Amino acid sequence: MRRTVLPWLLFALLLLLAPLVFAQSAALSLLSQMGTMVLLCLSCNMLLGEGGMLSFGHAVYSGLGAFGAIHLMNRMADGGVAFPVTLVPLAGGLTGALCAVVLGYLTTRRAGTTFAMITLGLVELVSACVLMFPEVFGGEGGISGNRVIGEPVLGISYGPQIQVYYLIAGWLLVCAIAIYALRHTPLGRILNAVRDNPERAAFIGYDPQRVRYLALILSAFFAGVAGGLSAINFEIVSAEYVGALRSGAILLFTFIGGTAYFYGPIIGGVVGVLFSSWLSAYTQAWQFYLGAFFILIVMTAPGGLASLTDRGWRLLRSGDIEARLLMRLGLWLMAALCTLAGVILATEMAYQASLGSLAETGGEGASLVLWGWSIDVHSARPWIVAMLLIAVGAMALAVWHRKGKGR
Amino acid sequence: MEFALITFLNGLGYGFLLFLLSSGLTLIYSMMGVPNFAHASFYMLGAYVAYALAGVLGFWWALLLAPLAVGIVGALVEHYGLRIVHRYGHVPELLFTFGLSYLVVELVQLVWGRSPVPYRIPPELDGTLFTLYSTAFPIYRGFMLLVAALMLLALWLLLRHTRIGLVIQAALTHPQMAEALGHNVPRVFMLVFGGGCALAALAGVIGGNAFVTEPGMAAAVGSIIFVVVVVGGLGSLAGAFITSLLIGMMQTFAVALDVSLASLGVPVSAGSALAPLVHLTLAQVAPVLPYLLLVVMLIVRPKGLLGRREG
Repeated sequence: MRRTVLPWLLFALLLLLAPLVFAQSAALSLLSQMGTMVLLCLSCNMLLGEGGMLSFGHAVYSGLGAFGAIHLMNRMADGGVAFPVTLVPLAGGLTGALCAVVLGYLTTRRAGTTFAMITLGLVELVSACVLMFPEVFGGEGGISGNRVIGEPVLGISYGPQIQVYYLIAGWLLVCAIAIYALRHTPLGRILNAVRDNPERAAFIGYDPQRVRYLALILSAFFAGVAGGLSAINFEIVSAEYVGALRSGAILLFTFIGGTAYFYGPIIGGVVGVLFSSWLSAYTQAWQFYLGAFFILIVMTAPGGLASLTDRGWRLLRSGDIEARLLMRLGLWLMAALCTLAGVILATEMAYQASLGSLAETGGEGASLVLWGWSIDVHSARPWIVAMLLIAVGAMALAVWHRKGKGR
Repeated sequence: MEFALITFLNGLGYGFLLFLLSSGLTLIYSMMGVPNFAHASFYMLGAYVAYALAGVLGFWWALLLAPLAVGIVGALVEHYGLRIVHRYGHVPELLFTFGLSYLVVELVQLVWGRSPVPYRIPPELDGTLFTLYSTAFPIYRGFMLLVAALMLLALWLLLRHTRIGLVIQAALTHPQMAEALGHNVPRVFMLVFGGGCALAALAGVIGGNAFVTEPGMAAAVGSIIFVVVVVGGLGSLAGAFITSLLIGMMQTFAVALDVSLASLGVPVSAGSALAPLVHLTLAQVAPVLPYLLLVVMLIVRPKGLLGRREG
């Protein structure tokens, strides 16, 4: 009992205290985005980790849920419907689930890689349809709304960002507990069985297609809640919300976090928002870094970041940490950092040289500023430094690897 | 008649281009059991490399060398990337190709910038091949048709009537048996992957200047070729061929026809909720048609046109 409740209490405490530690408004909006992305990744992992369904169209359900939520908010603002703002994400969730009832019936007819390809087609279908009916979905510009509706209840008007953050955090906590609890229901267990061996699951009397269908509807509900939350957060929903890019991002983040652990998607959502919102403010090469990081994870740690933390945690608990191991780890870290510094230097210079800086308003004069140094990308010296860093780091990593094998 | 014939020829050209793309994808799919999500990226790479080569060596060398270069890149990707990921199972393998498609777009933008590049049709192919009634049919359209058709014929001859084709087919369906007979199956896989990528690049070389060469061109065809592969039936080259032509025809005719339900005489009042649906023209619906075909196919025949097994 203690082992299940304690992590949840810690998680709740973390959600509660996070805005106190990072109090700036930029950090607060980042935290709000993290909350919705973590919920999206958790719902995505209900399919990927629990059911073995690789969905390239997860944004469809969250996006349509967001459209449902914003339409409801606009009706509420017109005075047509009376509904508490706190429960608007529920409407998003129901919209998402309803869409999954229709669309999921088609996609779950096939499993495995075909499912992946079909969801990819579906996401194109939905985003093309969204652009086709500007009356309903607002076309390119999207639909905007207003989250401050009616009289404040108990002083909560959802005007200040901090109140929206706590709304998101509250919904995230409730939904995360629900998703965790669902894993332990008979449906969750049978979903695992269908993932591992559909024939045997069918043989003991469960229709794999129906199990997948149910799981998809439930997962779409939580995705829709996340969509409703982001509709409240940003007060605008556009066609990008249902698009392939967003679907791909959700999948990438979930996998980076790790699909085999419940907390994997939580890590993934946080890291993903750090990449896409925080890093993108500093460098235009963030997509390159994200792609490279993703490929690195796939190739070296297919269990994701969660499997790495799990390995580290088990090592820590077993008490097998000797001085030699720490030395090895330190050496690896130094070599890796050296390579990383070289790669970052080279990438930034390449982007600067070919595309120019984001902040640059005109002229060739602007130079690259990295780690407080001003670097001239057209002279040879920084390139040589970058290549040296990469070469030395890579060589050290190779030596480290070989020594490890010899032991 | 004139309209139908010209649109038919245009549809045929687009269909053949789609098949060049999806044939490579189908081959790779039958080999890995996993679709290559970076396939359209190799198409884009083909167009860009051809643009770069055409500026230096001329279009004809580009036509020859660009697919070759991209094919080599594909083989290297298989050797140093996919082969390592293969150990972990299907999902990481698929995601590897997915991540690769991100990287290729970024690298292309890094080298050639974010706006379209002026990759033009060579002057000797710029002109009118014949005039049908009053519509001119450009030479380049005919050239695209010819190249694609020749390539398909070559592919079919290679797979069906040569020893190499026999080994490839054996390695695709029964890798262990082929290995036991002394064939180097990993090398066959590398060649098939590289060959598939070269086919995609060829489509890029002849499609890049017919349409437009820009960083979004991979995303534009990316999901349609998956529709082709699923609707045609997984791993079936003939199915992919029929579906490519079908989708090519469907889209060209839809774009050319300016018909809506309202113009066909379906009555609707301006204020009703169905009004936007009724006033939608077929041309506006055109981008959705392949995906609607996918949906209909899933309802009617989940294993695809010529597919043999359920996925």
